[in-house]
Amino acid sequence: MNDATDIDNASIRQQIRENAKVLFTAVPFISAVGAEFVSMDGNRVRARVAWREELVGDPDTGVIHGGVLTTLLDNLCGMAVLVALEKFRSTATLDLRIDYMRPARRGEDVMAEAECYRVTRHIAFVRAKAFHEAEDRIIAAASASFALNDPRKWASAVKAYAERQS
Amino acid sequence: MTETTLSRADQLLAFIDRMPFAGFIGMTCEIRGDEMTATLPFQERNLGNAAIGALHGGVIGSFLEMTAMAQVFLLTDIDFMPKTIDLTVDYLRSAGSQDLFARAEVRKLGRRIANVHAEAWQGERANPVASLHAHFLVVGPDGEKED
Repeated sequence: MNDATDIDNASIRQQIRENAKVLFTAVPFISAVGAEFVSMDGNRVRARVAWREELVGDPDTGVIHGGVLTTLLDNLCGMAVLVALEKFRSTATLDLRIDYMRPARRGEDVMAEAECYRVTRHIAFVRAKAFHEAEDRIIAAASASFALNDPRKWASAVKAYAERQS
Repeated sequence: MTETTLSRADQLLAFIDRMPFAGFIGMTCEIRGDEMTATLPFQERNLGNAAIGALHGGVIGSFLEMTAMAQVFLLTDIDFMPKTIDLTVDYLRSAGSQDLFARAEVRKLGRRIANVHAEAWQGERANPVASLHAHFLVVGPDGEKED
């Protein structure tokens, strides 16, 4: 895979890191769920989702649906890859595994933390966890791998989509 | 037999109706006997990448998890929703701005744990956009002690 010569990787990396908060919520389903980017410490990123009636999975207990955690973790893992990449790539989730240790508590925010611990030529590996901030008990542990693609491929997909829409 | 299956299906539909997050993503279910097909009608806010019109991986994962959970509920006589122990979602291709469908198959139903596979597709059933493998706990809180 050749690098696109017109891509300034250092500048893109800086842009991504500076605008992580905005990039995170620019995703329609993320803003629908109400998740927000919290912080970045090196390559470790954090995001949060607040408890809301709409997000409940079990109406009898008020516990937030596992899918909300899947959404938060998937998106945050993708973000962890983006901030870790030295060379800009478009990313696609290959797989995401989540182990549920215990239910999230009704009425409490869920925090997630993710770290991309290995980037190869084609793949990035991430681990993540979800928890309530007030305590260190883990609600869910996740691991994900992402395919790294030539961003020009992404650009051509955007163009094709735009043409289909018009 | 038919009567039992029908009332179980009705119980499931009633539960999904009461589940706020199922309504949030817009999931619906069609049940014939012990077989269920779930549908996720397309809606803009379920997008993950608006630039290419792709559904969010989290929506796809949520939809597959609910489908798998519902299928387990349908095959058991438990009076609560199965609890997810773990799940793995494989993303096979990007899901476009169209309706998404899913079906789940319970591979093993033990006394405590169910092993389930599910697939989601758009155009052709043979080309799934994602698949899920998950384990669910099918015993109630009385059978398990929380720490």
